[in-house]
Amino acid sequence: MSTLAIDKAGPSRKIKYGSMSRDRAWALRWSYFFLILFAVFSLTPPVYMLITSLKSSAEIGAATNPWWVFHPTLSNYVELLTSNQFLRFFWNSTIVSIVVVVVTMLISIPAAFALARMKFWGSATLATGVFLTYLIPDSLLFIPLFKMLAVVQDLTGITLLNRWYVLLFIYPTLTVPFCTWIMIGYFASIPKELDEAAIIDGASWLQTLIRIFIPVALPGLIAATIFAFTVSWAQFLYPLVLTTSVDQLVLPVGITTTLIKGDVFNWGQIMTGALLGAAPPLIIYAFLMDYYIAGLTAGATKG
Amino acid sequence: MAEVSLRKVVKRYEDVEAVRGIDLDIADHEFIVLVGPSGCGKSTTLRMIAGLEDITDGDITIGGDVVNDVPPKDRDIAMVFQNYALYPHMTVAENMSFGLRLKRYPKAEITARVTEAARLLDITDLIDRKPKQLSGGQRQRVAMGRAIVRNPKVFLFDEPLSNLDAKLRVQMRIEIKKVHQKVRTTTVYVTHDQVEAMTLADRVVVMNKGRIEQIGTPNELYHKPATRFVAGFIGSPAMNFIPCRLEEAGDRLNIRLTDRIAFPIPPARAAHFKNTLRNERLLLGIRPEHIAEARPHSEPGIEPFDAVLDVTEPMGMETLVYFTLEGAQICGRVNPNAGARDGAPIRLAVDLNNMHLLNETNGVVLGRP
Repeated sequence: MSTLAIDKAGPSRKIKYGSMSRDRAWALRWSYFFLILFAVFSLTPPVYMLITSLKSSAEIGAATNPWWVFHPTLSNYVELLTSNQFLRFFWNSTIVSIVVVVVTMLISIPAAFALARMKFWGSATLATGVFLTYLIPDSLLFIPLFKMLAVVQDLTGITLLNRWYVLLFIYPTLTVPFCTWIMIGYFASIPKELDEAAIIDGASWLQTLIRIFIPVALPGLIAATIFAFTVSWAQFLYPLVLTTSVDQLVLPVGITTTLIKGDVFNWGQIMTGALLGAAPPLIIYAFLMDYYIAGLTAGATKG
Repeated sequence: MAEVSLRKVVKRYEDVEAVRGIDLDIADHEFIVLVGPSGCGKSTTLRMIAGLEDITDGDITIGGDVVNDVPPKDRDIAMVFQNYALYPHMTVAENMSFGLRLKRYPKAEITARVTEAARLLDITDLIDRKPKQLSGGQRQRVAMGRAIVRNPKVFLFDEPLSNLDAKLRVQMRIEIKKVHQKVRTTTVYVTHDQVEAMTLADRVVVMNKGRIEQIGTPNELYHKPATRFVAGFIGSPAMNFIPCRLEEAGDRLNIRLTDRIAFPIPPARAAHFKNTLRNERLLLGIRPEHIAEARPHSEPGIEPFDAVLDVTEPMGMETLVYFTLEGAQICGRVNPNAGARDGAPIRLAVDLNNMHLLNETNGVVLGRP
């Protein structure tokens, strides 16, 4: 994100504002200083991961300069990408995240629309309640949730524990409240006359939602999608508790449980796995962020 | 095309009564303007006709059918909003055809109607643009186009010109009038601007505090207002109100403003006030254009008097003069060559042939036929 901000600020330097230009120049210098500081701060860990992932176990263990690769090798990458286990984690994560994003949107969008637009008894309280549920930390919830799932499993005979698909029910408890909250904000910012115009034009509530609200609030929708995907992709605590068999694990848990054996840390592969795991969100960000910013700034020049 | 009527329509929010029993009959093809200060219930009335607000009590009929519980989309109405309410992600053509597409009209007919409306409104060149690429006036045209293509029974306008600058407002006002002359659809138009109301309307409905004060043609409202509110609201600068009493002077009737100033009422006017009590607290209502510089020779009903001006406002074709009489600020309109200057004395004349007499307590205009 920081690189994007620098790109945007670039062309504006050419503009001269008379006596303002000196203040501007200093403001720019300070912003570059802090932007670079933060960029270095946030980019150091991934760079270190990249360096380590290119080293053999022998070189990692040797007392050489840790910030330089003397004998670069792709063996960690080859090993992980050819291991069925790692591909299985990757696949589990992908399925879980995509399904959770879809489920979240299917629930959040209509919920937000109802809470933002259809005034019904208790709608305001409900909207606040939705957000409050998001504030309860998962570290407080995972034991009761585990217990609940165990009870349901005992009662119904459906295997829920130690199955990747149980995450499809659990993750939305994290994503739905927050996404609904974001969407309520976006929907509420749409002028009321717009849906009134649609209603007079003959649109039903559903048509108003699909043909007016969703396209108009697309930037918000994308923000919510990114959030839901990131949360699902990076979630650690719930899958750690709820899944244990190797073939049921998602990426973050899989890497830490299979590549750390006792007190032996396979650092090269851990770093490689983490780096590969970070790639999909990065790609999605890079693709959607442009669209997201385009959506935000379109028409910003004219009231 | 249809007539619209409101029968004892009431709108009550939890503890406020926004509309307090309105009766209104709007004829087919008629252009009706609801005008009044903010909070008078005019917009609520319009939204009730549109079906965007429920009716607490009473009946609304469109084309003879009671529509109290009919949803907006089935009322066959089209509405133009103050902020245009164009769909920002659709082009002009898509905006205009949205309603028709929802109703699954054949493509050819949609194209024909959109083209025709665009031609009527002179926006043919803009048809593929998005609302963001349009100016305020152009957006307002598109909003009107969206209403026209539906060919509804009734057009509803909710302060459509309030977001435009003064010059554009005048231009769009004429545009709206032209469009109405062509399509002749029954129209209900809400505004707080009395000039808009006067210029556009076949009949104006003046509203105040949730009630109708008066319904009439623009000229009726201007020349024969029924209440102090209407008299003061219609016309700019507003009508002057001066505390006064009636006084017998032989066989004539005098109007006494102060101990020193009293004018004889012209006999034709005086006949209306035969039964008015002589001691009642009254207001003399006189429009600024009926206070002008005194002419050298006297005319019947035009009474000269002296005043010292507080402020003058040269408008070009006339000069507005302000002076104080018994604590009330009075406005007159004099010829720019009459020599009116701030702080200077001037001889003015009041035209009592156009006077109004009001009951100060209840604001009712007296002696109306």
